[in-house]
Amino acid sequence: MSPSVPLQEMIRAIRSARTQCEERGVIQRECAAIRAQFRQADNGGRSHNLAKLLYVHMLGYPAHFGQMECVRMIASPRYSEKRVGYLGAMMLLDEKQDASLLITNSIKNDLSHSNQYVQSLALCTLACMGSAEMCRDLAPEIDRLLRASNSYIKKKAALCAVHIVRKVHELGELFAPAARSLLAEKNHGVLHGAVVLITELCERNPETLERFRKTVPDLVQIMKGLVISGYSPEHDVAGVSDPFLQVRILRLLRILGRNNEAASDAMNDLLAQVATNTDSTKTVGNAVLYETVLTVLDIKSESGLRVLAVNILGRFLLNNDRNIRYIAMTSLQRIVGTDHNAVQRHRGTIVDCLKDQDASVKRRALELSLALVSATNIRSMMKELLLFLSSCPLELRSQAASGIFNAAERYAPSQRWHIDTILHVLTTAGGDVRDETVPNLIQLITNTSELHCYTVHKLYRALLSDISQQSLVQVACWCIGEYGDLLLRGECQETEPVQVTEDDVLDALETVLQSHMSAPATRGFALTATMKLSTRITDNVDRIRSIVSIYGSCIDVELQQRAVEYNALFKKYDHMRAAVLERMPVIEKNSPGHTNGESTREAVKEVQPAKVKQAETLLPQQPANQVCDLLDLLGGSEEPLQSNPAVGSTVPVLPISTSSTAGGDLLDLLGGLEPTPLTPAPTVTVYEKSGVTLTLSREKQSDSGLTVTLTASNSTDSDISSFTLQAAVPKSVQLHMKAPSGDSLPARGAAKVTQMVVLSNPNKVNLKMRIRISYTSQGSAFQDTVQVDSFPEH
Amino acid sequence: MMRFLLLFSRQGKLRLQKWFTPIPEREKKKIIRDMTTMVLARQPRSCNFLHWKDLKIIYKRYASLYFCLAIENQENELLALEVIHRYVELLDKYFGNVCELDIIFNFEKAYFILDEFLLGGEIQETSKQVVNRCIESSDMLQEYYCEGETDFPGTWRKYHGGVYEQTCILTCGLKGIEITAGEEYRSRMYCI
Repeated sequence: MSPSVPLQEMIRAIRSARTQCEERGVIQRECAAIRAQFRQADNGGRSHNLAKLLYVHMLGYPAHFGQMECVRMIASPRYSEKRVGYLGAMMLLDEKQDASLLITNSIKNDLSHSNQYVQSLALCTLACMGSAEMCRDLAPEIDRLLRASNSYIKKKAALCAVHIVRKVHELGELFAPAARSLLAEKNHGVLHGAVVLITELCERNPETLERFRKTVPDLVQIMKGLVISGYSPEHDVAGVSDPFLQVRILRLLRILGRNNEAASDAMNDLLAQVATNTDSTKTVGNAVLYETVLTVLDIKSESGLRVLAVNILGRFLLNNDRNIRYIAMTSLQRIVGTDHNAVQRHRGTIVDCLKDQDASVKRRALELSLALVSATNIRSMMKELLLFLSSCPLELRSQAASGIFNAAERYAPSQRWHIDTILHVLTTAGGDVRDETVPNLIQLITNTSELHCYTVHKLYRALLSDISQQSLVQVACWCIGEYGDLLLRGECQETEPVQVTEDDVLDALETVLQSHMSAPATRGFALTATMKLSTRITDNVDRIRSIVSIYGSCIDVELQQRAVEYNALFKKYDHMRAAVLERMPVIEKNSPGHTNGESTREAVKEVQPAKVKQAETLLPQQPANQVCDLLDLLGGSEEPLQSNPAVGSTVPVLPISTSSTAGGDLLDLLGGLEPTPLTPAPTVTVYEKSGVTLTLSREKQSDSGLTVTLTASNSTDSDISSFTLQAAVPKSVQLHMKAPSGDSLPARGAAKVTQMVVLSNPNKVNLKMRIRISYTSQGSAFQDTVQVDSFPEH
Repeated sequence: MMRFLLLFSRQGKLRLQKWFTPIPEREKKKIIRDMTTMVLARQPRSCNFLHWKDLKIIYKRYASLYFCLAIENQENELLALEVIHRYVELLDKYFGNVCELDIIFNFEKAYFILDEFLLGGEIQETSKQVVNRCIESSDMLQEYYCEGETDFPGTWRKYHGGVYEQTCILTCGLKGIEITAGEEYRSRMYCI
């Protein structure tokens, strides 16, 4: 066919342009000429002009003015013009353009043209860009062509039908009978089209699937013919006869045999035959084997066949060709859940693939390795995975890190190994781990009390060498703060002893505080750790005091707040410092709705009197949400309500390490309503039980609030100690509890404990208060709750 | 099904684009950019399969051209490699030792060949010879078909490998055409 000379000249002109600007100039001129030509009457060069326009379009320039020309050319009687017109329609028009509807009629006419090549143009265009309306319009035509035409048209009509079914699902019913009859054709093109059509129909409609199950014997027959037949020059590809058709038939068999014993039985022999007879030296053979393996694994095949399939995959894994290894791992990934042991046999090869150069292969190997980790092979696998982590590409790092954490958590052979592994990951890939790693690690460390010394030594050393990995630094700071005394003691069974002085430790923490690499959260950790050390070291308390006071004017609000509070702890509440900064209790796992790290920090903060943030009551209607609000507010379920700093108490006012029902406690708190009778008197007894009496009296009232005094007395025969009151009020009300007068109630009402409470109620809502009373009597702890619904009026 | 097929040079210039689903123009440009960057960044001896969004991208380099085919997740990647290879073979047979310039200067022919091989995102014809025959017949039709004429005239020219050749046709018709040799050219073609 002679080339379009005008087109080629234009292409040459564009290619010889030396700069982008020059090229644009050439193209603009050409486009202007083309537009002018489009407006003229029909001349011989219409197809050339449109071809030129399509070239320009492919370079990325706008060509929408050619759309109408396409429509006109499609309607032309000349084949050359039709051809280019249809090509233009496929390139420039899509179903979203209005002009596409205009060609529906042309397509309809051309579908019944006497010349098959014209018909094929119409079919091709319909299958490429037919919109739903066009499909609905022309579906009967397609059905007609499916039945009564030559094989050239039939194969195209079949694929056109596939497109129609994809666009308009309901029309599937129309094509089902024709599809069935097409399976009897001999022409491979038509067969292929028929198989694709049946696959599409079966995938969309389960009833159609049932009906087509009857075709399984026919399909098996066709497949057998392809596999056993000798060399056929028409369809042979490197020794395999028509691999495209074979693969499609295998896929259809997979869909038909899924979850169906009878169909699966019918194809067992065939699959075995294909699996054993196909030549696997070239890619084509492997393509067919791959599809066979996928089919075997998906249907209800017998166990021998499954073993054969997994063996084929194992062979693929050892293949030199990277592509084959890649798809072997993809397939193994699918069956690692069901045939775990079979895949375990190939673990060595898979782990080797972690070292492959190719990023895609590495990714697959990583996923598969993580799936293969089990209690027996955890140590060796972890070695490999950690090695991989140090050299893996960036995009796989976070996936690798989280996979390693999960595996370590599930199968850790010992605590020390677990901690070591996590530390190793943090040192190598600390920047890519998820946020909850830090609290999880902290919780793990507190749980393994025998390893505190070892852990803190290791972390200290890690901190000295590198302070850029934020998660590692955060954990290190926290540990140094908590277990600084163990660090300073110097001896430790698990690691070599090293002399660490207090100055060294404080230096390290100060470096973190001042480094520009530290994130604000990390600096917060460091400051708190420094503060905690004030009770654990002896000589350098002044240094700590000065550090803390410096940060009292820090720009970062969070740090400033902490520093101010710690300062206050030094100045006004020095007597409580030891108690406040005591060792943390063991944190329970999986307490709801919080992160452990947050809570420990928050809880330490909460007891500061300078910032008594009151808990807010929850309206009984929405306990669940509000529990979360409450928890968020306090940062932890350990301290559900605000407690007052007990004077000189030895009870740690630190988080109560109750279980996951801490949230539940809160709910219980709300659930247990014990309304007291209202007494319209300035003093009202709100609680009276087991000898403990609590009264509430109004001191003064203002427009937006009131002050009450709670008085507690003990009428039993034994002393009560550690008496504390906690209070909660509705959301918009603010509560301020002053320091109580004491915390012990001697027996028989010898003395009372009073506490003043200031309530401010700017929104004038109904004032309610819930009070929790806790005390120790005769060695056992008691707790109770009471709700005050109305306050005494004057 | 296949979603799209792209051919681009080593410098990232697009030589052919075939889309099997309707996609807005802007989206197409973005996809082309993504594909070229992803594929051109690959190392020489790496795996031919990539993951992109929810599709599998199969690419292969032939001389100075990259063939990039996107298939859905349930398709067979190795077969997709074979599809690319088959298309290259078809181009090679048609143009005779095809090179990138052939595809640049005759891009519409490349599309016609593709349209005889793939349709609606699926393989249309699995036999090389049939596809070749169809292309050649369509080409002949393009040369001569006019409304009302059903017979081809006596002589025709064929552009093959850069040389214009003229041959005589002794018998012709829609069912079979026999051509006697010109000085350098001998061929036998059949219409289906």
